[in-house]
Amino acid sequence: MWTIVEQIFPYAILFTIPLLITALGGLFSERSGIVNIGLEGLMVMGAFAAAITVHYLQDMISNNSLVLWIGLLVGMVVGLLFSLLHAFASINLSADQVISGTAINMIAAALTVFLARNITGSGNIRIRTGFAPFDVPILSEIPIIGDLFFTKTYATTWVILLVLLVSTFILYKTKFGLRLRSCGEFPQAAEAAGINVRRIRYSGVMISGAFAGLGGAIILLTYAGEFTGTVSGLGFLALAALIFGQWRPFGILGATLFFGFASTIANVSQVIPELAVIPPILLKIFPYVVTLIALVIFSKSSQAPKAAGEPFDSSKR
Amino acid sequence: MRNTIVSIIAILLGLIAGGLLMLAIGSNPIEGYNYLLQGALINIERIGNTLATATPLIFTGLAVAFAFRTGLFNIGAAGQMLAGGLAATAIALTFEFSRPVMLILMILGGLLAGALFALIPGILKARFNVHEVVSTIMMNWIAYWSVYYIVPGYFKGPSLETESQKLPDEYTLRAPFLSDMFDGSYINYGIFLGIIAVIIIAFIIDKTTLGFELKAVGFNRHAAEYAGMRVNRNIILSMLISGALAGLGGVALYTGNASSMQIGLLPSQGYDGIAVALLGANNPIGVFFAAILFGILYSGTGFMNAMTEIPPELANTIIAIIIYFAATSVLIHRIIDKVKRSKANRPEHKKGEA
Repeated sequence: MWTIVEQIFPYAILFTIPLLITALGGLFSERSGIVNIGLEGLMVMGAFAAAITVHYLQDMISNNSLVLWIGLLVGMVVGLLFSLLHAFASINLSADQVISGTAINMIAAALTVFLARNITGSGNIRIRTGFAPFDVPILSEIPIIGDLFFTKTYATTWVILLVLLVSTFILYKTKFGLRLRSCGEFPQAAEAAGINVRRIRYSGVMISGAFAGLGGAIILLTYAGEFTGTVSGLGFLALAALIFGQWRPFGILGATLFFGFASTIANVSQVIPELAVIPPILLKIFPYVVTLIALVIFSKSSQAPKAAGEPFDSSKR
Repeated sequence: MRNTIVSIIAILLGLIAGGLLMLAIGSNPIEGYNYLLQGALINIERIGNTLATATPLIFTGLAVAFAFRTGLFNIGAAGQMLAGGLAATAIALTFEFSRPVMLILMILGGLLAGALFALIPGILKARFNVHEVVSTIMMNWIAYWSVYYIVPGYFKGPSLETESQKLPDEYTLRAPFLSDMFDGSYINYGIFLGIIAVIIIAFIIDKTTLGFELKAVGFNRHAAEYAGMRVNRNIILSMLISGALAGLGGVALYTGNASSMQIGLLPSQGYDGIAVALLGANNPIGVFFAAILFGILYSGTGFMNAMTEIPPELANTIIAIIIYFAATSVLIHRIIDKVKRSKANRPEHKKGEA
């Protein structure tokens, strides 16, 4: 049993990280009052941008790790820019945020394959090498913990965990965080207190775009290795993790870890005899069913930002 | 009237954006659109194919529009389509009946499966106030993975792991007389089902008490409740009907246009249904025409792709951009208002000058 856990752990973490960063992005957007179901599309955009960048730069620059970090950065910037479409529609034009988010998803899915097909012919973009796993020196020697947390880790994992800590600090300990949260709860009161609701909401959506783009880029540059026009629903899973984690950073960490393990177990169940007895279909639909159950359980005590999804109307009090 | 103008402007903007994209990749947009139209409409066979392509979109458009009328956003049409298609396929591959009995069973089976799949979000919404957008998205992925394992597990085709067994011709919605009439097109009974559905849904929405109550719940849930309507029952009913329509869309797609199910795909028609409903202003007749328009876009891009360098994903991109413009239709409304106002103001200006 222990060896199974040891084997699964690095993969589960690997799978958790892009979910975590994307859900954190969603957290900033929803806490500012804008529902963002376009996370999936923003991830696709990030993955696409990173794939194109790395695909070309790997031929030009010999320093591979520099190329990969540039790829991450480009994915993040493109995600941010693309999210402006959602911000403009839902903040300036008071559009239905769900429809606008759906449009984001569809534009990303179609446009990236359109462009990729034009560039490579097949619609898929392959990169030569992605990030390589490494063992953290000294720490990986620690018994048990070392095997689980510090062997076969990726640099991106540590960066994202740092982002998680910084995000928590920003949300709960800074002026900006307080303002952001107030815009998601009671924007009219926030405005009366002199806060520029529109600007705060723009920042929320832009952070979600940047984080989701980064999430997509991480998928591509760690375990996917090839852009195929989709992130197979991980953006929606991140959305589920946001709800499951009840709109709190460490709740999200727990939820994404849960989903990360559930998905990894489902993926490897066939090669592990102890798990092969469970029909794989149950393992695959497990995270979604659990989310539905969680939605029911939390329905009475939901911590959802009260104004999320409602267009801001300063005259409505 | 105004809705129609807004829809047409959104479509035009989407087409212009598509033209710009073609320019951006170095193709000629006029040539591109020319081939696209030819591919969709140049002969009777292609017209038949275009109608067939539009059929699932009629159903998903109706499904989304019907739920919208009750104030519900059914984003799960894709999953309900899979459920409906899988049920119909399973029935056809398991039992043996005469063709008419079988077709009726498949249609009913697909309808019921779609409805049941939408029932869960409906109950969750009515009973626990769980937002239907999130629950239907979860249901989509449950459908996706169910098909992913059920099809290879029980209905595996002879050669491919990723496809179900092909249905025998007499157990599909294909009709030889229709194919002959349309010169060998794959048009099938689905289009008739679609037209019947448009009529029935238009009747329910406009002429029945049920339709009135559903719309009342959509306009103002609390007012409807105050007027003595059973809001929760109406929400569940609306989701059921919406799901049934999407399930029929699955039947039309997987046992009419195609004759097998592929795994690992959420049908794009599910999300396209949102665009169809928006463009059709949630009105069944409008939905019908919007679906035909998207049918033209989809079925024409294949020919366009064969004749030019333009990738076939152009159609999806245009449709996605149209949704974005439909979502931001406030902007279009504002511009129309401005134009109207400046027209109204003009005579006064002249007076002022004189």
